[in-house]
Amino acid sequence: MILGSINPAVLMAALMVAATPILLAAIGELVVEKAGVLNLGVEGMMIMGACIGFIVAVNTGSPLIGFAGAALGGMALALLFALLTQALMTNQVASGLALTLFGLGLTALLGQRYVGVTPPRTPKLDLGPLSEIPFLGRALFTHDIVVYLSIALVGAVWWFLKYSRAGMILRAVGENHDAAHALGYHVKRVRTLAILFGGACAGLGGAYLSLIRVPQWTEGMTVGAGWIALALVVFASWRPWRALAGAYLFGGVVVLQLNLQAVGVKIPVEYLSMSPYLITILVLVIISSGKARGSLNAPGSLNRPFHASS
Amino acid sequence: MRQPLLRLEGLTKAYPGVLANDDISFEIGEGQVHALLGENGAGKSTLVKMIYGLVKPDNGQMTLHGQPFAPSQPSEARQKGVAMVFQHFSLFDALDVAENVALGMENPPPLRDLAKRIRDVSEEYGLPLDPGRLVGDLSAGERQRVEIVRCLLQDPKLLIMDEPTSVLTPQEVEILFRTLRQLSREGTAILYISHKLEEIRALCDEATILRGGKKVATCDPREKTARELAELMVGQVLTPPERPAKDTGTVVLSVENLSLKSNHPFGTSLKDISFQLHAGEVMGIAGVAGNGQDELLLMLSGELVSPRDRVQLKGQPIGHLGPNARRKLGLVAAPEERLGHAAAPDMSLTSNALLSAVGRKRLARSGFIDWPTTEAFAREIIERFDVRTPGPHVLARALSGGNLQKFVIGREIELNPDVIIVNQPTWGVDASAAAFIRQALLDLADKGAGVLVISQDLDELLEVADSFAALNEGRLTKVRPAKGLTVEEIGLMMGGAHDMHPAHEAAE
Repeated sequence: MILGSINPAVLMAALMVAATPILLAAIGELVVEKAGVLNLGVEGMMIMGACIGFIVAVNTGSPLIGFAGAALGGMALALLFALLTQALMTNQVASGLALTLFGLGLTALLGQRYVGVTPPRTPKLDLGPLSEIPFLGRALFTHDIVVYLSIALVGAVWWFLKYSRAGMILRAVGENHDAAHALGYHVKRVRTLAILFGGACAGLGGAYLSLIRVPQWTEGMTVGAGWIALALVVFASWRPWRALAGAYLFGGVVVLQLNLQAVGVKIPVEYLSMSPYLITILVLVIISSGKARGSLNAPGSLNRPFHASS
Repeated sequence: MRQPLLRLEGLTKAYPGVLANDDISFEIGEGQVHALLGENGAGKSTLVKMIYGLVKPDNGQMTLHGQPFAPSQPSEARQKGVAMVFQHFSLFDALDVAENVALGMENPPPLRDLAKRIRDVSEEYGLPLDPGRLVGDLSAGERQRVEIVRCLLQDPKLLIMDEPTSVLTPQEVEILFRTLRQLSREGTAILYISHKLEEIRALCDEATILRGGKKVATCDPREKTARELAELMVGQVLTPPERPAKDTGTVVLSVENLSLKSNHPFGTSLKDISFQLHAGEVMGIAGVAGNGQDELLLMLSGELVSPRDRVQLKGQPIGHLGPNARRKLGLVAAPEERLGHAAAPDMSLTSNALLSAVGRKRLARSGFIDWPTTEAFAREIIERFDVRTPGPHVLARALSGGNLQKFVIGREIELNPDVIIVNQPTWGVDASAAAFIRQALLDLADKGAGVLVISQDLDELLEVADSFAALNEGRLTKVRPAKGLTVEEIGLMMGGAHDMHPAHEAAE
């Protein structure tokens, strides 16, 4: 029995680690899209976070400062996107794609001297007796602080969107920007802030890859995690908790295929490593096939440029 | 004389190439219902946007209660007691009623208290509303109630209403007027924007008329006839369309017991539609927006296909055919949405002419477009239908609403159809262009075509239609001769006042 050699508790723990980067990026993008902006540059902002976070962490010796730097790096790229799409009124899809290419290229340059360097270790959070609980302790309570932070962030975003006035304004701007403008809300300001938040989250997600999950810096190391995060937002039909569930599902597929490879299941490695992406495509096809309720939940002004015509 | 509430002095606002408002002054008294009249482009919207703080005037000043009033943004105007109900509702489909109301308030109470206040206020003014429902599921009349209740909750001193009745049945209008009169008695001034003259004569104490950005008159609308007001507004003598009496011919279009599901999640499905349209007949179809008008047009134009025999053109089954095939057989249609449905916004007028005429006018040969002929065709439309534009190379989006509508309708009429279906042919079109379009449709009917006009403008339907029916929640009433129908009867055909009830009298 080959599958018997996979320990479910370890699998669960690995799954949460694998899911955290895409969860962080997805929750940021969810807020951006709720404000009516489609930023396809998630991959670019993630790799930027991965690179800047790595550089800062190596030079300061502190992973936490590294994460802060990663958030700023992601935000810097997001600011560029906001400038292009909100002030200069460029096309969001084209700008987002350009952002991804720009991020990949720039980080290859910045990170050149850091290939092969080992980053400072991020300590596990000491949860005392909790981590001693059989199975659950191993699966849920042996992680670093960022994993718990990402879950808290999902809760915070959920509360913000559902109960706070600012969240209601953000949803209103994404739903019908002309009406929001007519009522006197600052559409561009709200959107710019949302884009910056999305950039910070994507940056954190990237840094999680380079500082904890891998932990190494290599060129183009995000390998499509940003695209999976984008698909995840649609999969979750713009609901935060569903994004969490989706991220763990994708994380599960990633970890499982790694485990299957390790125990030598007789499926060619190529098929196994393409499986998360295949599932991404499958999910997108099912969801966009029209009849699904999910498509109704899309923000009304998504990807429509706003120009105040007074 | 009542105390002046808001005084405008010399307000001027210029946009590149246009002087939208030129030195406009007038006063609104406390509790006064003041009409602002003018054609599209006369500067009404710019003026109210200045009062509501969305646009800053270049020149001139406003005083409210004797204090200088220069709101830099809508929230400031709202704080000082100015509220506005927009023409294209400023509502959010995916949010519920309470959230929509909260978004329009400065300091909304927690949503639970707000829901209760919404219920109270809507009861008091006879505008029932359920705060928990999604706005996307509401009818046009209910959406308007949301807007009004949102304003009333802020206890406004001045309520601006931009064309509020265009989406209501006559009975709903009556109830709205009672609400407005009640507000006026309670001391709230109302600035009422409209181009429906009879309404203004029935409701308003005073009217200010704008034309081309300038004020042309302030008068008491009850002392003028509708005709006089219209001529002040347009600046020229209007001739109503001519209608020689005539017999109708054979049946050109018939629909039998057709039910069809809407293709839109918030749409209205058609239920058991039957009617016959004769050669030379103009049939008017009334109804409040969202009762199946769009679906009816799609079904007749061929964008939604139906069972083969249920729709017949001159005895020939066409239910299963698409728009191009129907066009070739002689049935053409002009939908309501000009930009994006009737015309492609970013294509030239020539290309737009090609798109619908290519089959019937043979504008393409063995797959290649005959551009010179197409351009000549576009030029012909522009000339015959008096489309004001530099030439056929201009993009459709660059034309004003009225001009594009003349082009779109003209394009279909030039195809010499046997049947033409138009939806809201004069919506947002100025009075002289509207008269022109109506006359063109009547001329086409005189030549023996069947004309089906779907419209929410009752005056328009009564002016052009020989026969009359109404759509109500996807059902079509029996077709009746238009002659002798009263507005009340039509209102009942349209579904009456739904669940609205009159406001309680203030004396209670």
